[in-house]
Amino acid sequence: MAQATDTSSGTTRRDFLMLTTGAAGAIGVGALLIPLVSQLAPDAQTVAAGAPMDVDLAPIAEGQAIKLFWRGKLIFVRHRTAKEIEEARAVAVASLPDPEADQARVKEGKEAFLVVYGNCTHLGCVPLGNAPGESKGDYDGWFCPCHGSHYDSSGRIRKGPAPKNLPVPPYAFTADTKIKIG
Amino acid sequence: MSGHSSYVPKTGFERWLDARLPIVRLMHDSAVSYPVPRNLNYFWTFGGILVFMLVAQIVTGVILAMHYTPHATMAFNSVEHIMRDVNYGWLMRYLHANGASMFFVAVYIHIFRGLYYGSYKAPREVLWILGVVIFLLMMATAFMGYVLPWGQMSFWGATVITNLFSALPVVGETIVTFLWGGYSVDNPTLNRFFSLHFLLPFMIFGVVILHVWALHHVGQNNPTGVEVKNVAKDTVPFTPYATVKDLFAMVCFIALFSWFVFYTPNFLGHADNYIPANPAATPAHIVPEWYFLPFYAILRAIPDKLGGVLAMFAAIAVLAFLPWLDTSKVKSMSYRPVARILFWVFAVVCVILGWLGAMPAEGGYVIASQIFTLLYFGYFVALFVLGIFEKPLPLPSSIADSVLGTMKGGSGARLATATASEPQAKG
Repeated sequence: MAQATDTSSGTTRRDFLMLTTGAAGAIGVGALLIPLVSQLAPDAQTVAAGAPMDVDLAPIAEGQAIKLFWRGKLIFVRHRTAKEIEEARAVAVASLPDPEADQARVKEGKEAFLVVYGNCTHLGCVPLGNAPGESKGDYDGWFCPCHGSHYDSSGRIRKGPAPKNLPVPPYAFTADTKIKIG
Repeated sequence: MSGHSSYVPKTGFERWLDARLPIVRLMHDSAVSYPVPRNLNYFWTFGGILVFMLVAQIVTGVILAMHYTPHATMAFNSVEHIMRDVNYGWLMRYLHANGASMFFVAVYIHIFRGLYYGSYKAPREVLWILGVVIFLLMMATAFMGYVLPWGQMSFWGATVITNLFSALPVVGETIVTFLWGGYSVDNPTLNRFFSLHFLLPFMIFGVVILHVWALHHVGQNNPTGVEVKNVAKDTVPFTPYATVKDLFAMVCFIALFSWFVFYTPNFLGHADNYIPANPAATPAHIVPEWYFLPFYAILRAIPDKLGGVLAMFAAIAVLAFLPWLDTSKVKSMSYRPVARILFWVFAVVCVILGWLGAMPAEGGYVIASQIFTLLYFGYFVALFVLGIFEKPLPLPSSIADSVLGTMKGGSGARLATATASEPQAKG
């Protein structure tokens, strides 16, 4: 070993090996992180389950709401009453925690139907307010029992710890009372 | 404290082994001849109880894993299968489920012991921080274990806790999707939680070894907080003194544990978790297991998502900084008249936060949670300020003095006698 370090230049073949091996090792470990982390992401089967879905709204009577699943996520479809629509449109948009007009959250001419994701934007619980007799919160919409968030009849956050409105999933009307989600 | 080894191999085989792998010497030095302060009270027996609980959880857990199926459609039924069909399956599951609660009972007593007697102060900062790491790992393990039966509380507990990470700006949603392995809590989530629930206890075991190593390097604290000055006078050998005391406390603790397992095995759980997971309906009153309640109350106290999450994690993280937040040089609160009162206020605050965490998130409960969250963090601020002007009571000159009384003339001889008669006096 003595002769290997006994060079006048100060740089040895061992230094060269150390640097190149270290670099190769660092790149190797870095590259390995990609599959190790990537496998945690939604797999192909889960992603494929997200195909568009047709829903018939005709059976939902005025004042009623249904729950359905798309991509494993819960969606509320609510047939709003005239009073609920009016309430949602009467409020000053700028005063809301997450300002958004009711008009932007429903399809024009189909104001009666509100389609929103059904998990509270705070920590993901399912807010109450769909079934008759359940609390609808202070704003005629939904009330999340977990941490006390109140949503209005447009699914917008009005009071409580949730930061955002219930998001509107991508959907379009394919007939008068039929929608395609996705 | 680790000094010269007093181990003497007796047989030829022991001498042969000692020259090759001194494992018997290691055991002898750390569990037989190891000097422990002579004034330790029963609060010092919870370290041993915790090791017992960890081993008990690993043994029952490995057995349960032999009969459990980690799949969203089968997990709930496989737990019922364990309860009804597997021989003594009910016992294994009740031991494991109540064992988790008893583990936390013991760890909270252990932590509050450390808080009262100042066990986090120099030279035990690393020992204390390792303890905080173990506490965090325990909470992660307990949370993931609670998800496995795939009941309503399992499912919604998993949803709420994983959603905590969505509060982080920019990367939050991506992190949550990667935690779930999907767009909601589902089978991929259950599978990875099972894998991690199996792994983490062994990581805890690893950190426990470091914790015990650090403990045996700096030596135990004691109720006076005065360091050992004279090993011969201030300490007694671990065996038989600490061994017997630890075992006796362990038996008493196991009696309490058994009372829960055999007489009221579901007292600490929630009836809702006997309803299979339903992603379309959250139970009206969702609460975590009792040992998370104080932190849950802090989460709900802040009317802002990110703020609540940060406050909750800060409530745990602040413990790791305690060695530097407490500015007093005096360890034991027995000699700190003002800090002692603060300690008991803090203990009561923690209990009340736990009660508030179990109450609905509305009206007066939220306001009360906010007040008590302030008091929780106020303890650490108060300790920081208090250390500067508090006048502590006079400390005993040594551990021996505190136990045996101050010696008058010729103390050396009397002390020696007292030491010799210690077994009878204590027995």
